[in-house]
Amino acid sequence: MNSLIVTSIEQGLIFAVLAMGVFISYKILDIADLSVEGTFPLGAFLFAKFISMGMGPIISTFSALVFGSLAGLLTATLFTKLRIKPLLSGILTMTILYSVNLKINGKSNIPLFKFASIYDLASTMLILFLIVLAIKFLLDWFLKTEIGYLLIATGDNESLVRSLGEDSNKYKVIGLMISNGLVALSGALMAQFQGFADITMGSSIIVVALASIIIGDTIKKNSNIVKGTTRAILGAVAYKIIGGIAIDLGLNPNDLKAINAIIVIAFISYNNFAIDIFTLFKKKELDNDAKNKKTIEEF
Amino acid sequence: MLKIRKLSKSFNRGTDNEINIFSNFDLDIEKNKCTAIIGPNGCGKSTLLNIVSGTIALDGGKIVLNGEDISMLREEDRAQYLGRVYQNPSLGVSPSLTILENMSLADKKGESFSLKRLIKKGNIDKYIALLKDLDLGLESKLNTRVKFLSGGQRQSLSLVMAAMRHPKLLLLDEHTAALDPKTSNVVMKKTKELIEKYSISTIMVSHNMKDAIEYSDRVIMLDRGQIILDKASIDLTEEELIHIYREKLVQNVA
Repeated sequence: MNSLIVTSIEQGLIFAVLAMGVFISYKILDIADLSVEGTFPLGAFLFAKFISMGMGPIISTFSALVFGSLAGLLTATLFTKLRIKPLLSGILTMTILYSVNLKINGKSNIPLFKFASIYDLASTMLILFLIVLAIKFLLDWFLKTEIGYLLIATGDNESLVRSLGEDSNKYKVIGLMISNGLVALSGALMAQFQGFADITMGSSIIVVALASIIIGDTIKKNSNIVKGTTRAILGAVAYKIIGGIAIDLGLNPNDLKAINAIIVIAFISYNNFAIDIFTLFKKKELDNDAKNKKTIEEF
Repeated sequence: MLKIRKLSKSFNRGTDNEINIFSNFDLDIEKNKCTAIIGPNGCGKSTLLNIVSGTIALDGGKIVLNGEDISMLREEDRAQYLGRVYQNPSLGVSPSLTILENMSLADKKGESFSLKRLIKKGNIDKYIALLKDLDLGLESKLNTRVKFLSGGQRQSLSLVMAAMRHPKLLLLDEHTAALDPKTSNVVMKKTKELIEKYSISTIMVSHNMKDAIEYSDRVIMLDRGQIILDKASIDLTEEELIHIYREKLVQNVA
């Protein structure tokens, strides 16, 4: 049981990197970017390519991040320059990446056991913890900068960004590049963790990311948007622990994808409908309503 | 100040539904004056503002602002000269950001945005002073997210944000139409105070005849892309204006 929890937390931390990436596209830019389904294995295959070329594990891992961000550039270009709808742009990038991923090493499955990994440097947990923490602090810092706030404003209200004299499309490109870069990094970390890169590892990964974000949202619902990174991390780890325990209790791993989707459906519908019913019983929410009403009257 | 020359604009060109809004339209807007534009739906009021701000491209003609032809500039490149408040209170602000964050963004308008921290403590007193002028108590809610403000508060904030960097031209697009009459009055008064204080040239599109006369220096009535009335507000009464408006509308229907 103990090792199960440890493995779940480690995998949760890997998915936390994925969730922070998707947090930028889904929560901040309000774009359902499906290209991540191709970017996650892209990170794994790029790592496999770089490490087999004789590069070190650290450089190979972070090169996956840099090159993965190009997938975001492709999706953003499709919808900002060619005016293809964001959802379709993501699907097109994902489809292109399927072929690209197979081309990188010429195979659909690459064993990595014989190569060095980033986890050889210290304990797996410590390495992952430090990477997740570093990304969290970098993102939190970035979202407090002038460019970071424009990224948030782009997802919120593009006409405001243009009225400030800025091209909102530029911020969509920046956002999707960071997002896909992080997803590719997560893929590279996962490949090293499981000891192989596989073409199917990105399948329905967007649902895992959304499940993590949505679970995280319910943990700390009313906090400020920049703390969304913390929520994504907590959500990813909680999601993995719940999944690990469920499998330990006898859940068939093949059923996990359906369970993922059901978690997403349940939490989104809870957020959409249940709040209206529950506000009647929650004093805190009622107080907030009263405050809002008061401000209108004051006005 | 603003010169519009031989403006032409039509929608759905080359189809059965082609609508010709403007052809050979000329208009001059004077400096430091508030010009109200009124007229029935579809007369081209909002289209005119959208063309001036660059949201909609023109088919022909020229827009000249302070001697510079801005007709071909992109919307974001014109933004440095313009301020705009929309009918929808959410369009002028970033609802998920706080008042302080919104004002800090507006304060950077037209400058280059970098990886420096956006919120600068040294500017907070300046924002508080601007919000105090509004007299709505917003200065004590700097860290409140804008989505929790009422429509009137949000619209007043949009106004302050649009006027903050003293634009050459302020465009008000029926900015009180979504508010209740009492709130609308408050916002109109604040608007007048602000444009007088900073001497901002303003174009105000409105459906409200009383506001148009009371708060502007000049009233222009548009009908199907033509100016059918152009008078100093001081020479007009609300009754007279409503009379002309109705007369023209009846003519249209007939």
